[in-house]
Amino acid sequence: MNLISPVLETHNLNIYYGDFRAVTDVNIQIPRHKITAIIGPSGCGKSTLLRAFNRMNELVPNTHIEGEIIFEGQNLYGRDIDPVEVRYRIGMVFQKPNPFPKSIYENVAWAARIHGYRGNLDELVESSLTKAALWDEVKDILKQSALSLSGGQQQRLCIARAIAVQPEVILMDEPASALDPIATLKIEELMQSLKKDYTIVIVTHNMQQAARASDYTSMMMLAENTRSGTVIEFEETNTLFTRPKDKRTEDYVTGRFG
Amino acid sequence: MNYGYPIRNKGLQKKIKPGETVIHVLLFLAGFISIFTTIGIVFVLGKDAWLFFRLPEVNLWDFLTGTSWQPHINKFGILPLFTSTLLTTAIAMTIAIPLGLAAAIYLSEYASQKARKIIKPTLELLAGIPTIVYGYFALTMVTPLLRSIFGANIVEIYNTGSAGLVMGILILPLVASICEDSLSAVPRTLRDAAYGLGATKLEVAIKIVLPAALSGISAAIILGITRAIGETMIVAVAAGAGPNLTLNPFKGAETMTGHIVRISGGDLSYDSIDYNSIFAIGLFLFLITLVLNIISQRIVRKYREVYE
Amino acid sequence: MIVKRMRETSDFSNNLSLRQRSGKYWRIAFLAATIIGILALSALIINIVDSVLGYVIVDSKINPATLAVNGIELEEQSSEQWIQLLKDNLSSGALKKLEEERPLLERSRKDLYFLIETRVLRYEVLETWSLYDSLFRKAEIVNEYLSIKKDYPGAQLQFKSWINGDLVVRSQSSEASTAGIRTAVLGSLWTILFTILFAFPLGVGAAIYLEEYARDNWLNRLIQTNINNLAGVPSIIYGILGLAIFVRALEPLTSGALFGFVDPTTANGRTVISAGLTLGLLVLPLIIINAQEAIRAVPQSLRKASYGLGATKWQTIWAHVLPNALPGILTGTILAISRAIGETAPLVVVGASTAITFDPSTPFSKFTTLPIQIYQWTSRPQSEWRHLAAATIIFLLVLLLCLNAAAILLRNRFEKKY
Repeated sequence: MNLISPVLETHNLNIYYGDFRAVTDVNIQIPRHKITAIIGPSGCGKSTLLRAFNRMNELVPNTHIEGEIIFEGQNLYGRDIDPVEVRYRIGMVFQKPNPFPKSIYENVAWAARIHGYRGNLDELVESSLTKAALWDEVKDILKQSALSLSGGQQQRLCIARAIAVQPEVILMDEPASALDPIATLKIEELMQSLKKDYTIVIVTHNMQQAARASDYTSMMMLAENTRSGTVIEFEETNTLFTRPKDKRTEDYVTGRFG
Repeated sequence: MNYGYPIRNKGLQKKIKPGETVIHVLLFLAGFISIFTTIGIVFVLGKDAWLFFRLPEVNLWDFLTGTSWQPHINKFGILPLFTSTLLTTAIAMTIAIPLGLAAAIYLSEYASQKARKIIKPTLELLAGIPTIVYGYFALTMVTPLLRSIFGANIVEIYNTGSAGLVMGILILPLVASICEDSLSAVPRTLRDAAYGLGATKLEVAIKIVLPAALSGISAAIILGITRAIGETMIVAVAAGAGPNLTLNPFKGAETMTGHIVRISGGDLSYDSIDYNSIFAIGLFLFLITLVLNIISQRIVRKYREVYE
Repeated sequence: MIVKRMRETSDFSNNLSLRQRSGKYWRIAFLAATIIGILALSALIINIVDSVLGYVIVDSKINPATLAVNGIELEEQSSEQWIQLLKDNLSSGALKKLEEERPLLERSRKDLYFLIETRVLRYEVLETWSLYDSLFRKAEIVNEYLSIKKDYPGAQLQFKSWINGDLVVRSQSSEASTAGIRTAVLGSLWTILFTILFAFPLGVGAAIYLEEYARDNWLNRLIQTNINNLAGVPSIIYGILGLAIFVRALEPLTSGALFGFVDPTTANGRTVISAGLTLGLLVLPLIIINAQEAIRAVPQSLRKASYGLGATKWQTIWAHVLPNALPGILTGTILAISRAIGETAPLVVVGASTAITFDPSTPFSKFTTLPIQIYQWTSRPQSEWRHLAAATIIFLLVLLLCLNAAAILLRNRFEKKY
């Protein structure tokens, strides 16, 4: 599958933890202003691949990659690329909600401040929280600690925090796995409304979620001989779920896997 | 998509951030100071000890084997000082090891949650009292007590026994606290397994938990010994001033640390033989504690491998 | 019943009751060991309190009653009368020296009365008793007093608390009844100030480096091992290090001579700043290790969240890691500082002064500290100095207890919130 103008593009990407190759030979293209899901059984390297997109992998000692990831025509892993700059442009939402132990307002405003935001901070906070569908719930308690919010609210706050920086891509690492079904639904609705402004890549172990919420799906699987994860199929979500080309994908999406 | 933010780089290239680099370097230097401290200790002790051993009156062999330390007649044998250090340490550990270990077993295996919450901080408080206070305690309470028990003509006013006993009390909470930590770290499953086979509480504590925590306990004991060897104020106040080669705990005998304090307490003139001699004793002391430290760290590291 | 019969016929001996009984004895032994530890603490405290209160017999060279003028008691006389009294009783040389320190007319009433007590009345402690004796051997004490009174008609029997308001206010003196610990308290404060200024920023910096920046290579492992080792080096070794480096090698700096600063009371590097830096080196490893633990306790998810927003390393540390680690860092620092306040041996080696009457006023002043004062007074043979040492110990212990309580409060108040 070749897209006209992908945001992210990997070429023969291999990711290592020490000597162990966790992800092998990934060649995918992430389409602009779409939601791309990465699915697959646990331990197949989904999160590892996702974290490679904004160089969060480097926070784990002894990781390195081979191959390249092209973002806006530049290799993210080029010699003179600044990982801080990369993360400024490619934001991330994590599996467990992890708000800062500060006020709700500060959670959203902090990153804007360190990046030298010159606009009106109050407006930025309001618009980010509105986009994250949280504004109505928190507008009267902005000074309260973010830790007083429920799990679902905390996760939407983390999304508001990420979009306040106005990144081009938002990576979401199983953002709803720690939440109840209602909160999960809210996050999925939120993703739909965000995709007109942002490119979203989401890792999920929940196939229904991928089927419901994403435009494209990338199926990952462990190679049998090497125990290393790789992308076995990358398609429009509809196609992948209804007419999978790979037998393993078919087994997985129909629940016959394992 | 760029509202309000400074114009973004089109590229992702590294911007020069001098602040980050400066901070990194400063923090590294802060970490490196500790290396300078060690180098400083080794250099300072080594240099002046070298000056000491080069003196015509002194030689290394006599220093290590001489049985008399009398600087005014040029006798520099460290044995009397070393022996009394060993004696006070031995007395202290005779108190601290059994009592500390027993208290640790009680706290970790028997005591209720509530009792532990009160007793452990109390013991730690005991460990936080300055050693000079223990010195006062030794001289004004324990020594008179010993003298009234064993007779004032047998027990001298300054004696190693009193100093050693009080040093034991000082080290007891240290040993107890570390032993308790390592006993509590033994996994519950191990205890359950033993109880499941019908073992009594004592058998679980002594035969299962204690051996499993042995490396932590040995580390605690070595730490206690290091502490006892380096302990200064108790012996300076209570053990007597004057090197004396004796193993009689009722007699006064100066330890290595006690000697350093007494010699340097007066106005010591630089490069005198006395001045240099404290560096030689200091070096000897440093090497002993260094070896003990390394051994205990080895043990602790091994112990970590078992449980993590 | 069935179980029992099976046991009786089996190869197992029926020894459970024996095992249970020995378990009970050992349990008592373990408890006893714990209690002994606590009793030791009690004995220590009791011993000190026992020395802090009790009867004393004091005598003055001049009976204050004879100094009443026109029926006005000495204590109620005006300052001018007191100054006149001093002039009548002191040699001109001594007066001149006092005037040079501070003119008599400018001195407070308290100060003047102190001078009268020490220079004119010249109280002298003849005999002291412990609290226990004072409570239970009153008759013997009175007898002793009556026999002493034959030789010293002005002698008075008083129940004295050695710890009192004057103790902290008064400076050193050659007479136990008028000696105080002001100089030592100020000396301790000055010293600790430099200890904190030196060790806190360096210690926290090193901890940040080791936890957040250091890669796992030989150099950083060496630094870490080295810090652990330094924490176990006897404090007296630090004293020797301080003597060689701060007192001797850096004398131009630590005596203030390099800054054209010539304190009349100092002639060498045995100064407040040398002592503070020596203690700083001593507590540095403790502060580093404690701060490392506090930094390590900050959850990784916060760092990830911050990096995920495009924050730099220092922005992450400054905005998220440090604020969350701060209570832990402060708790550890307070504990390390209370260790420094109680240290004696290294300061003896660095050269604490045995007797100074001047309060330390600059980093280059001579110094004495509370533990040094306790050490010196304990080492004197006369019993009245032991009582003073006990009073000073109480002061020191209360100070340390306050610091420890502050540390515990701090820890509880900011218990982990994530």
